[in-house]
Amino acid sequence: MSAESLVAQMKSGLDAPICLTWELTYACNLACVHCLSSSGQRDERELSTEQAKAVLDELRDLQVFYINIGGGEPMVRRDFFEILEHSISNGIGVKFSTNGAFIDKKNAERLAAMDYLDIQISLDGTNAEVNDAVRGEGSYDTAIRAMENLRDAGFGQFKISVVVTRHNVDQLDEFKALADSFGAQLRITRLRPAGRGADTWNELHPTNAQQRQIYDWLLAHGENVLTGDSFFHLNAFGESLPGLNMCGAGRVVCLIDPLGDVYACPFVIHEDFKAGNVLDDGGFTKVWRASDLFTELREPQSPGACASCGSFDACQGGCMAAKFFTGIPLDGPDPECVGGDGEKLLGAVPVALLPRPSMDHSKPERIKVSS
Amino acid sequence: MTLTLESACEMHPQVALRPEPFGALAYHYGNRRLVFLRHPDIVRVVRNASTYPTLRDALAGEGVEEQRWPSFVKALSSLTTSEIIRVR
Ligand code: SF4
Ligand code: SF4
Repeated sequence: MSAESLVAQMKSGLDAPICLTWELTYACNLACVHCLSSSGQRDERELSTEQAKAVLDELRDLQVFYINIGGGEPMVRRDFFEILEHSISNGIGVKFSTNGAFIDKKNAERLAAMDYLDIQISLDGTNAEVNDAVRGEGSYDTAIRAMENLRDAGFGQFKISVVVTRHNVDQLDEFKALADSFGAQLRITRLRPAGRGADTWNELHPTNAQQRQIYDWLLAHGENVLTGDSFFHLNAFGESLPGLNMCGAGRVVCLIDPLGDVYACPFVIHEDFKAGNVLDDGGFTKVWRASDLFTELREPQSPGACASCGSFDACQGGCMAAKFFTGIPLDGPDPECVGGDGEKLLGAVPVALLPRPSMDHSKPERIKVSS
Repeated sequence: MTLTLESACEMHPQVALRPEPFGALAYHYGNRRLVFLRHPDIVRVVRNASTYPTLRDALAGEGVEEQRWPSFVKALSSLTTSEIIRVR
């Protein structure tokens, strides 16, 4: 079987996901301006410990080998370690994303003692100025302290996860050096206009010239840097980058949100991309295998407006979520299309009419009242 | 590592196989590698390799026609890189 037919196979779906993200809570101690899940406050409908464990038992039976746990800040949950241990003891490896606030010395040691566990610390700048502008005051120091605690506890290789923006794109070399200094692995991902990121995308997303800069940097350093499915739209520049070269939403990728709702991918928390709930009859398995939405996403997609573009095979028309929240038709070009075709369509839909994420748990803004 | 028909192999004990329409997904819990096994025949050979003295016996025993053996040995050799299978 050739590589193409493997992609074809993946496009028509697998019996269980290979890249499942589970956001355990909408609660978060930070309020990053680009948060993909608009997190902040806990939702009282979030899954209980028992419900979460039942989901893990189902994932074990489906032979899901590992899950990505996120949030919100997953370590905010009091049962965080209980859920972690239940997962790992059932043969489901865990990679969790955290801002590091709860990785003190004691927790670092507890984490270091566990097998099949990866930790990803979010950091969006190699200095407090650039990082804190996006992630909030003090968050740079918090993240660095967490990394030091993990290193001192002998955790081994953790990951540093960066969302590339207009303001940190020049720091890619520095991020790499920082990761190397901790013996960590660098992961860089794309800023998508999801959650609060939809409101800040215009100011934060890399410019056209910077897209090229990211592509060139990845060509030179990409082998040791993780990117997931972030940058396949840049393949239209020429040579393909390492990483998953397709949109896996509903095919190999999905999201379970804190309420148990199943979405096609973590970046499309919107009614249109909700396939069901893990508490429905038939559970996650039925949602994954038989929901109307996922069945539809696994059908061959038309290249639409990209059909006449010579780069379509390389770029696949880009990211569904990025198109959706910027008002571009799903069979249209990516808003960051390197040919500039997406950019031309931006603004075609008035801001007030753009689709809004269906969940918003942002904390209310604190208004300073001067006396 | 290059295997031959005389190699004695086994699936790595930290590997789990998940059946899929095209064959199986193999996941190595130790090195976190995920590998696609793109044919039911190769899945059976990998899963049962340890029960045969050599790969030759494994291929014959799992009903793989002889003309396909060279390509199977090549495919199995490439699976040693991710340690899905190893010499025992
Ligand atoms: S919609 Fe975008 S982020 Fe989601 S799976 Fe597809 S390419 Fe990835
Ligand atoms: S026109 Fe479509 S296929 Fe071509 S580069 Fe742009 S997004 Fe990719």
